[in-house]
Amino acid sequence: MVYLLSVLSFAGLTTALAALLMVAERWLVNYGVCKLDINAGEKPLEVDGGRTLLSSLYANEIFIPSACGGKGTCGHCKIIVTSGGGPVLPTETPYLSRKEIRANLRLACQVKIREDIYVRIPEDLLDVRMFTSTVQGVRELTHDIKEIRLRLDEPSEISHRPGQYVQVQAPAPDEPVFRAYSISSPVYEPDIVELVVKLVPGGIASTYLHSLKTSDTVHFTGPFGEFRLNDDPSVEVICIGGGCGMAPIRNIIYTLYKRWPDRSCRLFFGCRTTRDIFYLNQFEELARKHPSFHVVYALSDKLGKDEKWDGETGFVHLSVDKHLEPGVRRQAFLCGPPPMIEAVTRVLQDKGIPPNDIFYDEF
Amino acid sequence: MSETSALVILIAAIFTNNILLTNFLGMCSFIACSGQIRTAVGLGTAVTFVMTATTILNFAIYHFILIPLGLDHLTFIVFIAVIAAFVQFVEMFVERFSPKLYFALGIFLPLITVNCAILGASLFMVIRNYTFVQSAGFGFGAGLGWAVAIILMAGLRQKMAYSNIPQPFQGVPIAMIVTCVLAMAFMGFAGMVSIQ
Repeated sequence: MVYLLSVLSFAGLTTALAALLMVAERWLVNYGVCKLDINAGEKPLEVDGGRTLLSSLYANEIFIPSACGGKGTCGHCKIIVTSGGGPVLPTETPYLSRKEIRANLRLACQVKIREDIYVRIPEDLLDVRMFTSTVQGVRELTHDIKEIRLRLDEPSEISHRPGQYVQVQAPAPDEPVFRAYSISSPVYEPDIVELVVKLVPGGIASTYLHSLKTSDTVHFTGPFGEFRLNDDPSVEVICIGGGCGMAPIRNIIYTLYKRWPDRSCRLFFGCRTTRDIFYLNQFEELARKHPSFHVVYALSDKLGKDEKWDGETGFVHLSVDKHLEPGVRRQAFLCGPPPMIEAVTRVLQDKGIPPNDIFYDEF
Repeated sequence: MSETSALVILIAAIFTNNILLTNFLGMCSFIACSGQIRTAVGLGTAVTFVMTATTILNFAIYHFILIPLGLDHLTFIVFIAVIAAFVQFVEMFVERFSPKLYFALGIFLPLITVNCAILGASLFMVIRNYTFVQSAGFGFGAGLGWAVAIILMAGLRQKMAYSNIPQPFQGVPIAMIVTCVLAMAFMGFAGMVSIQ
C-alpha cells in the first residue's frame, strides 16, 4: 500500500509541478510576434518572440556562421544589434572586445527576442544558403588527408569568391554540429565543392567526412569568409600554407590563372616529411603552363634515410624570407596553424606588405 | 528547538552555523563563481531568495503532504523536484517582469538548481524540527550566510589576483586554503548564539 501511495503521490506532485510550469510558460514566455528588421528595412521579418536571434534567423534561412550550434562557445555568430537586444550578457563578454561592444556587436545565439529587434547583417551573409550535395569521389592525398568532391544537388550552383569556406553539417549524438572547411575547387566550377580534410583523432566532423563514400549525401551552409582577391593584375599574389592548409589556396591559384594567365603568383607550402606532400605534381604542371607561377614546398622535419628531396628544408617562413625580394606590390593569403601564421606574417611585413593585404585562416 | 526564536536562528545561520563554512555545502559554485565581487553579489542574492522560498515551500509540502500521508521517506526526491521546479518558475517570472534583475541574476538561477546548500537548508529544517517561522528565519539566514561567505571570498580572491602566490598553489588550491582560514575565522563566532 505504502509503495503505491509513494509512487502515486510523487507522480502526482511532479505532474502538478510540470503542469504549473507549463501554464507559467504559456503565460510568461509568450512574447507574441515580434518584428525582426534586417539592415534598416531591407528584409523585415515577423518572428515568434522567446527564441534566440540565431535560431529565428536560421528558421528564416539566414545562415549566420556558427560552429558550436548556438551554445555560446565558438563566438562566430557576431552580428550588429542596433536596438531591441537588451544589455550584453555575461555569457557574451568573453567573446566580445570593448571595441566590438561599443559597435553593438552581439552573439546572435545568446540574444533572445523579446521585443521588436533591429539588426545589421553583412550582405555576404544574406546570400548564404543551405546546400544538399552528393559525394562524387573521395581521394586519399596523404596518409591522413582526403580530398572529398561534392556535386551540388539543391541549390545546384554556389557562387563564391576564392578562399571562402562552407560549414559542413556533421551528425553528432545530441544534435548536428557545423565545422568550417574551405572550398578547394575553383570558382569556375560552380556545381562542385571540393574539401581537403585532415583526420583529427576524435574530431566529430573530420571523422564523419573521412567515413563518407561515393553517393552519400552531405549538407552544408555557405559561402562564408573575408578573403578578397585584388582585381589589379599587376599585384603579385603570395599563397602560403602549412599542414593541410591547402584548400583556400588551391581555389585561389586555379581561379586566378583562369582569369589572368600571366599574373605573377607564388605558392609556399610547408610539410613535415615527404609523406605529407600532396598536390605538388598538379602545381608543377600548372607552373609549366604558366611561367609566372612559382611553387616552393618546404619540409620541416629531418629527412629520413630512404627519403629523397631536393627542395627547400626548414620551416616555411624561412623559404618565404629567402625567395621574396622586398618592394613589390603584393597580396598574401595564409592558411595554417597559428605559429606558422604568426611567423609568416612577421616576414611578410618585413618585406613591405601592409597588414591589410595579408589575409589568413588559422586553425 | 521549538523555543529558540526565529531571529536567533537567523543570526546563528549567518555566523555560528554558516551553511558554507561549517557544513561545507554549496562548495562548487562557491569556488567557481567567487572570482569577482559583482558576480558573487548576484549569485548570493539569488541563493538567498531561492533558499528562503524553497525552505518555506518545502516546509508546507513536508508537514501538510508528506507527514500526513506517511511518506517522509520521499523527502529527498520531493525536495529536489520542488527546488528544480521553483527555480525554473522564478527564472521565467523574473525574465518576464524584471528584465533588469534577470540580466543581473539570469545565468546564476540555473546554477542554483544543483546547489546542494539549497537542499541542505530544507533538510536541516526537517532534522531540526523547526516551526514555520523558524524555518523561514533559518532559510533566510542560511542564504544570507552563504552570500556573506561568497562575497568575502570574492573580495579575497580579487586581492589575491595581485599577490605573489607560489606556483603549485595558484588557482583552486589557494582558494581551498583561504576558504579553510575563513572557516576558522568564523569559528570565532561560536558560543555567541547556538543552534544544533
